[in-house]
Amino acid sequence: MTPDYAGLFSALLPEASLVLGALLVLGLDLTLYRRHSPAERLSLALWVGMLALVTAGFQIWRAEPGPVFGGELMLDHLATATRLGVVALTLLTFGITQDSPAPRQSAEYVAILLLAASGLLLMAAAQQLLLVFLALELASLSLYVLAGFDRTRPESAEAGLKYFLFGGMAAAFLLFGFSLVYGATGSVELPEIARQIAAQGSNPLLVVGLMMILVAFGFKVAAAPFHLWAPDVYQGAPAPSAALIASASKLAGFTLFVRLLWPGFSPAAGSVTWLNHGPGWFRAVAVLAGASLVLGNVAALAQTSLRRLLAYSAIAHAGALLLGVLAAGRAGPGPLFYYAFTYGLATVGAFGVIAVMETAGRCERITDLAGLHRRSPLLAGCLAVFILSLAGIPPLAGFFGKFAVFSAALQAGGIRGPAGGLAVLAIALSAVALYYYLIVLKQALVAGPAAGARPIRVPRVTTLALLTAAGLIVWFGVNPSALLSLF
Amino acid sequence: MRFLPWTIYLTLAGALLALAGGRRSAGTARWIALLTAAGTWILTLAAATRFVPGPGLQTLVDLPWIPTMGVRYHLAVDGISLTLLVLTGLAATAGVLFSWNVEERTGEFFAFFLTLVAGVYGVFLSADALLFFVFYEIAIVPKYFLIAAWGSTNREYGAMKLALYSFAGSAMVLAGLLWVYSSGGAHGFSFGELTHAAANLSRPGQIVVFALVFFGFATLAGLFPLHTWAPTGHVAAPTGASMLLAGVVMKLGAYGCLRVALPLTPLGFAYWQTPIAWLAVTGIVYAGLVALMEQDLKFVIGYSSVSHMGFVMLGLAAANPRAVSGAVLQMFSHGVIAGLLFAVVGRMVYDRTHTRRLGDLRRMQLYRLLPFATTVFVVAGVASMGLPGFSGFPAELTILIGTWAAGPRWAAVAAVGVLVAAAFTLRAIQLGFFGSADQAAPADSAGHPDHAGLHLSAITWPEKVGALLLIGTTVLIGLKPDLLLDWINPALQSPLWHAVLNGGAP
Repeated sequence: MTPDYAGLFSALLPEASLVLGALLVLGLDLTLYRRHSPAERLSLALWVGMLALVTAGFQIWRAEPGPVFGGELMLDHLATATRLGVVALTLLTFGITQDSPAPRQSAEYVAILLLAASGLLLMAAAQQLLLVFLALELASLSLYVLAGFDRTRPESAEAGLKYFLFGGMAAAFLLFGFSLVYGATGSVELPEIARQIAAQGSNPLLVVGLMMILVAFGFKVAAAPFHLWAPDVYQGAPAPSAALIASASKLAGFTLFVRLLWPGFSPAAGSVTWLNHGPGWFRAVAVLAGASLVLGNVAALAQTSLRRLLAYSAIAHAGALLLGVLAAGRAGPGPLFYYAFTYGLATVGAFGVIAVMETAGRCERITDLAGLHRRSPLLAGCLAVFILSLAGIPPLAGFFGKFAVFSAALQAGGIRGPAGGLAVLAIALSAVALYYYLIVLKQALVAGPAAGARPIRVPRVTTLALLTAAGLIVWFGVNPSALLSLF
Repeated sequence: MRFLPWTIYLTLAGALLALAGGRRSAGTARWIALLTAAGTWILTLAAATRFVPGPGLQTLVDLPWIPTMGVRYHLAVDGISLTLLVLTGLAATAGVLFSWNVEERTGEFFAFFLTLVAGVYGVFLSADALLFFVFYEIAIVPKYFLIAAWGSTNREYGAMKLALYSFAGSAMVLAGLLWVYSSGGAHGFSFGELTHAAANLSRPGQIVVFALVFFGFATLAGLFPLHTWAPTGHVAAPTGASMLLAGVVMKLGAYGCLRVALPLTPLGFAYWQTPIAWLAVTGIVYAGLVALMEQDLKFVIGYSSVSHMGFVMLGLAAANPRAVSGAVLQMFSHGVIAGLLFAVVGRMVYDRTHTRRLGDLRRMQLYRLLPFATTVFVVAGVASMGLPGFSGFPAELTILIGTWAAGPRWAAVAAVGVLVAAAFTLRAIQLGFFGSADQAAPADSAGHPDHAGLHLSAITWPEKVGALLLIGTTVLIGLKPDLLLDWINPALQSPLWHAVLNGGAP
């Protein structure tokens, strides 16, 4: 294999632009903008960051599809779509970043957001275990910092520390799992691993390695029972950080997961029906999905904090997304991508609303939303779109995500397969979910404002970001083929 | 005919306009809502004049929507859906008229109201099961907000119960449809395609799928024992919303049973036919008896709705062309009459007297204070009892005759339900509007000074127009039911229903 450095360079241009953007943000902030007001420094950092993101998006659009550098990276439809999705979600995250979590360090915040995004872009394309690990760690380390960025609040520090400790543990599992897989197959390249597994069949070493990888990914996507960090991180992290963790990071994580499991380990999937016992990750993932669906939806019923409610709803959605992973073997990654991306749009939007409300006052408990329709009809309307999309009400995108994933899951093994049973379970639980989503909307749209609550002013950029997110959700809902037919 | 889909688009546009108009003034929003509702109603009537009855759906629009899954944006109409479209336009117009006194957040009220109406139009026009489902769900969410924000008694409880019941029902439907789609190897969601796919399932599979889809829809139709959301929801809803709820939203469920569930798997239907029929007649009698005991006038009407919808379900379960055509006629008739009853109780009486308790009302002797309202209620009550000359008579009679052919015992029990209906309606008329002599004794009214010399504001013109529209319709259909039956009967000749309607009798 002759190394094709020119190809590698052009494939990594988007990541390079983001890193350059991060350096530029830091450099400008240190030199030219040193004496400007914090607000000006934040807006400069945001604009430079957005420029870097748009450049990266353009380069992703132009990149040539196909394997890169002998298959270390794979620029297929899934990778391109995910990378564009990550860029879009990060752009929206920038849009809702309005009041820097640490006033004197806005440039650092934006730079780390960009680094996280570049890690996520790499995750979307990586096809080699070492590169996977590096990409994941680049993204994760940046996200730990982002979660703990607000040093004025102890909750933020708690979120950062918790996320870091759990994440570090997961990284250890992942690395151990990878090394076992390497030991069993003698390769770190996914296509080669697949060939080896097909040739030699499963062995205990491989099974242990696979389970460790599943544990690590379960953590990454906040699937039960590895979800414990999620509520605290969602609650404590600054709103834009939480938005990124909940949206772009999930999208890239699931893309990586599906790429790892299906092309990489598909011969080890095991049987897709419960009736045939056999080793395989299929049933393990099914258990994760079922546990997440039940735990997320049931625990969300008891929440009084809006952010914790979103966290448990995220766990429930992780369950549905894992169902999409299971179904991807037969239906392809289209439904999964559609679900993950539109879910990301809705979560970024919801956290955007939270960010605005926190700047204007308090937004801890669900009841703090009371009278939002009076205080800001725009926020109330956008929140309704985001929450109803999360609840899966047509014609919003959330419904078609569920519809596509569930029908793919049912087709994967019929009603008797674990995926089919889980799809029915998920549909049943969506009626449970409607309850807590309506509780949120009841406060926002029905309840009257608390005494002394003033109208909320929404900054122009945030207005644009929220309207874009809501508009995309409606557009992809009315026209789901725009995304589904990409694959 | 081709312009029928515009009922959906115009109503949605009207919802947005009303939302915007409400920022200027409440009056703007009202007039926008009225023009939208009346305009779309006129569209349906114009379509009705050009309608040529025939078997099968007459396609209006057919475009690929989600090609990867074979979902099409397919709108079509036949005699049954046209009947219900006209009903929707009428109920929406009357609903706006009886919501004329909504002063708080008027624009938002009519925006939710018209969104709900748009969803209903969409359901009745859909010829693709997934599209049907999408519109069906669009109709669910606005109901929650209409009740929770503008409702009365126990509104948050009623609204949430209604939303969760509807959504749980629609989740069952979705599960059933997806099951058929994926396990039966369907290439799309058209009704015919799904029927073909369902035939590929095993017998237990067909039975379970039928139960999921049918009972999912029947939840919204208020089939006993899934009806409990209906009385609480109707009572909590603001007048315009309860008129829509009873008038057309419950019809969505019944229409779903007829259009989607019945033809889906004849085998599943044969298995469930007897239980469904017994549940329907139980609902007729049980809800009628509850209505006989209720002390709240609106609850009486709420339970009477459940009882009358039981006739619709019975007609569907009897599954012969006569019973089913009667069921469709009953959907129309009940939509008009229930709207009228809720209008009187919720708008004319409650908004003026602020009580719905029969014990309070009997002391007021409303026939003196509100003669117009009393007249309307008596007419509506008489129509609801099924007296000849009103639309309830041909509808329930056709159902009973059709049911007699399928199962005489069901018809016998249902006939008892007709008697119960007469009893609770007369009781409501008597106690609610005329009072009783001993209670009206001077000594008693002196004991209740708040009712003595009670002055109630006069009935306004929107109420009069709305009431006359509804009364006129029920009389017209009562005198000439063939207007609708001539649309409905040819539609039932469609090959889709052939297997069920001709092999359904036990």
